Amino acid sequence: MVAVAEPQQAPPQVSQPGPQQGSRPIYRSKALIAGGIVLAWLVLWLVFRNVGTLSLDASALTPLHRWINSVNDAVGASRNSNPLFLYFFNEIRFVIDEFVTFVQALIAQPSFGRPVPVIGWLGVVAIAGFVSLVVAGWRVALLAVAGFVFLGLQGLWQESMDTLSLTLAAVVISLLFGIPLGVWAGLSDRAHRVITPVLDFMQTMPTFVYLAPLTLFFLIGPASATIATLIYAAPPAIRITAHAIRSVPHNTVEASESLGATWQQTLVKVLLPSARKTIVLGINQTIMAALSMVTIAALIDAPGLGKTVVKALQTLDVGTAFNAGLAIVVLAIVLDRVTTAATERRKLPRWAMFGGLGVTGVAVYLSYTYLWAAEFQSDVEIGSSIRQGATAVTEWVQDSLPVITGGFKDFVTLALINPLQALLAESPWFVVALVIVAFSFLIGGLRPAVVSAVCLGLLVATGLWQDSMITLASTLVATILVMVLGVVVGVWMGRSRRADRVIRPVLDAGQVMPAFVYLVPFLALFSASRFTAIIAAVVFAAPVAIKIIADGVRAVSPATVEAATALGSSSWQTIVKVQLPMARRALTLAANQGLIYVLSMVVVGGLVGAGALGYDVVAGFSQGQLYGKGLAAGVAIVVLGVMLDRLTQAAAKRWTN
Amino acid sequence: MDPVISVGNLWKVFGSNASQVVASDELKSLSRQELMDRTGAVAAVRGVDFDVAPGEMFVVMGLSGSGKSTLVRCLTRLVEPTAGTIMFEGEDILEADAKRLRDLRRNKFSMVFQHFGLLPHRTVADNVGYGLEIRGVPRAKRGERSQEVIDLVGLTGYEKSYPDQLSGGMQQRVGLARALAGDPDVLFFDEPFSALDPLIRRDMQSEVIRLHREVGKTMVFITHDLSEALKLGDRILIMRDGQVVQVGTGDELVGAPADDYVRDFVKDVPRSHVLTLKWIMRPPRPEDELDGPELPPETVVREAVRSVLSADKPVKVVRDGELLGVVADEEILGVVAGEA
Repeated sequence: MVAVAEPQQAPPQVSQPGPQQGSRPIYRSKALIAGGIVLAWLVLWLVFRNVGTLSLDASALTPLHRWINSVNDAVGASRNSNPLFLYFFNEIRFVIDEFVTFVQALIAQPSFGRPVPVIGWLGVVAIAGFVSLVVAGWRVALLAVAGFVFLGLQGLWQESMDTLSLTLAAVVISLLFGIPLGVWAGLSDRAHRVITPVLDFMQTMPTFVYLAPLTLFFLIGPASATIATLIYAAPPAIRITAHAIRSVPHNTVEASESLGATWQQTLVKVLLPSARKTIVLGINQTIMAALSMVTIAALIDAPGLGKTVVKALQTLDVGTAFNAGLAIVVLAIVLDRVTTAATERRKLPRWAMFGGLGVTGVAVYLSYTYLWAAEFQSDVEIGSSIRQGATAVTEWVQDSLPVITGGFKDFVTLALINPLQALLAESPWFVVALVIVAFSFLIGGLRPAVVSAVCLGLLVATGLWQDSMITLASTLVATILVMVLGVVVGVWMGRSRRADRVIRPVLDAGQVMPAFVYLVPFLALFSASRFTAIIAAVVFAAPVAIKIIADGVRAVSPATVEAATALGSSSWQTIVKVQLPMARRALTLAANQGLIYVLSMVVVGGLVGAGALGYDVVAGFSQGQLYGKGLAAGVAIVVLGVMLDRLTQAAAKRWTN
Repeated sequence: MDPVISVGNLWKVFGSNASQVVASDELKSLSRQELMDRTGAVAAVRGVDFDVAPGEMFVVMGLSGSGKSTLVRCLTRLVEPTAGTIMFEGEDILEADAKRLRDLRRNKFSMVFQHFGLLPHRTVADNVGYGLEIRGVPRAKRGERSQEVIDLVGLTGYEKSYPDQLSGGMQQRVGLARALAGDPDVLFFDEPFSALDPLIRRDMQSEVIRLHREVGKTMVFITHDLSEALKLGDRILIMRDGQVVQVGTGDELVGAPADDYVRDFVKDVPRSHVLTLKWIMRPPRPEDELDGPELPPETVVREAVRSVLSADKPVKVVRDGELLGVVADEEILGVVAGEA
């Protein structure tokens, strides 16, 4: 059983690089204690199995859940009378709603008494092409035009434009606040100190968690979706802008000051131009994050492609989900290419500028005036072929390869998920809590133990203990798989330039994809189950972990590696005795990030049969009487996240010092 | 002549309790290390005094950590001094408000940096014109003036290049041109050539000497390189641990080092290149025949070798017809042989 073997094997590896004398006996005794704890746990599990597990039926509620429901009802009732709502939340919602509706009216929805949007497909394609031409050059412009036309051919034009509208609206607002904030945090140390932890918190929070509270204040719909997207997408813009401003060389700023520049002059003429390239990179990150979140916000009734995917996932219609997922990917690729290429400085010849402007103007006019240019209608409908093709492939795989896919799935389920889940979810809660606190103490000392104890207490309070433990088991399994993948591929990439060149673009592309899209092919292969959710989480989290480990291994000083080789180490010895120990900071960081990424996929997993907390959250969105439970489940995910984050960080600190 | 810059009892202490340190004579008398241990504050510049005459090339020399870079930044208040006075053309710079300080930086002094500090997104011409741009000089006039200084520093033909297309030496010429563009009264150089390789460095030193001769600006030059200091400096200030160890001309430092630190420093300097006759002459002895050739006391030893050795009588060192001393073969050989 892995849970038993792992803690016992880990310490000898740990003690290897231990620089201080006498660390070895400490680690050995710790290993003994850990083994003892696990043994005791097993015995208690055998004796008290299924006693005191605090389980709760899918439709059962605790008083806390009912109380949240009543708060929700009360808030709903006072929405139009309470001054806080009248003058604050409703105002915000109104402004954002107006803005989103306006963008939708331009390109997505019938508006202003017209049966079609103001700008039809021809106009949008022309604008997309022209903007890409100006900021990114010919090739990318062609890609953008082809991509947008493809969206139409898929039969998903309006959905795509809804998604694009929401994304653009959220991006505009994010940048409106994000860039000035970023500049401020770049200039002022104090602002930087205040903003950084807030951003950390915003980014470590699993994506779905703020959806529920947001609906409490802003109802479901585009406005809430946009606000949720803002929360998710603004941090990269702020962070990267601040970083860009901060990394302008000090001597450049000093030179400007020494010539008598005012600070405004230094900002406008030195800092911003020097930071331009990096800031554009931040805009790219913001756009990609926004697109990802807009599709996920389908859970709170955001219009667009995400909704098509969610509906199809819920009916297990792989063909439709795949088609819409593909559209998201196309949109993501176009947006990514355009903004990435925009970091390069380029100048368009005057004739191309005016020519493009003219063509775009004509196209927009046509799309405003004529129905054929407004509504995407085509005899070449590839959407249905894609749907049918995907369905056919899925059926073929399920019929022909059950041995391979089923075998792999059964192996992981039986060997990893089931035992761990049984141990965590079927032991009495106080036993599990004690074990976790004891491990926390062993790993990090008193402070992490206290944090864990508090978090565990909160989990009990949410009334979702057993669900939390099931989710924890899946999370741990996923994280272990992520780390295995991370170490294998990361070491390979760190040691071989060629491997790095080939794999890195794939990882980059993987990170650009909105979280949803991963689910579709795995749903096809493995049908709805815990395993599918775990694999989707692994695929989502692995790129980050792999990159961190690859960079860590690469950063090991070549001189040290050379020295090890000169002493006659084999490749294996070099990896195990030199590169991995020296890259242990990267390893712990990868584990930490892997955990957080896996946790943020918990809710998405809930859509495809992961059950437990993820399901609770999803169900809470769709059924009024489960609202409170869903919110509590969201809180439980955050609590799990905080606990695991603190624990891995404490372990990292211990281990790397 | 009134000094252009007159620095009096200048202190720069880093740390939250800086003002307490300079207020206390007891703390001020501690060594750097003791102060660090007692208060956690770092005294980068400790009670520095000196004057710079108009048109002078004044060199501040010290090893890294001696406080010389902080000192030169205090002079333009890029680093805010903790205590003391800095008189610039009769005005205390420490009293200047932000606007006055900007005016001074725009019109009166400018600085050349070790790592150039060029703006990577601007061409050479736009970099050189940056200082003029921020004081609102119209574009046409700016272009004219930029071209003048670009020609002056020998960058003609590179106006449209970007800094990353130039070698280190040429980048520093851009830095130099930028500093000259505003026609300042004083130029500050913060180790401008340390990042350059030796051959380029020698070229740039000659360039600065030429410019000093042609434009006649007052220059304050920071360096950690003694030979650079001796080559450029009319006078040299040696700094150690934030304090002035000695101020003097090159031959004064070599001929009369103030302490062992300076002596150790100048040990490897070829003395015949630096010392003048006044440092090696001796009073005439009764047996000396005093009808030999005459030389002024400022003659460098190296240039006097031939005349002294070829004369069969001691050479008289004479200023304004007054006999200061004599130099014979043994004195000359003592210097030259001491280097071997």
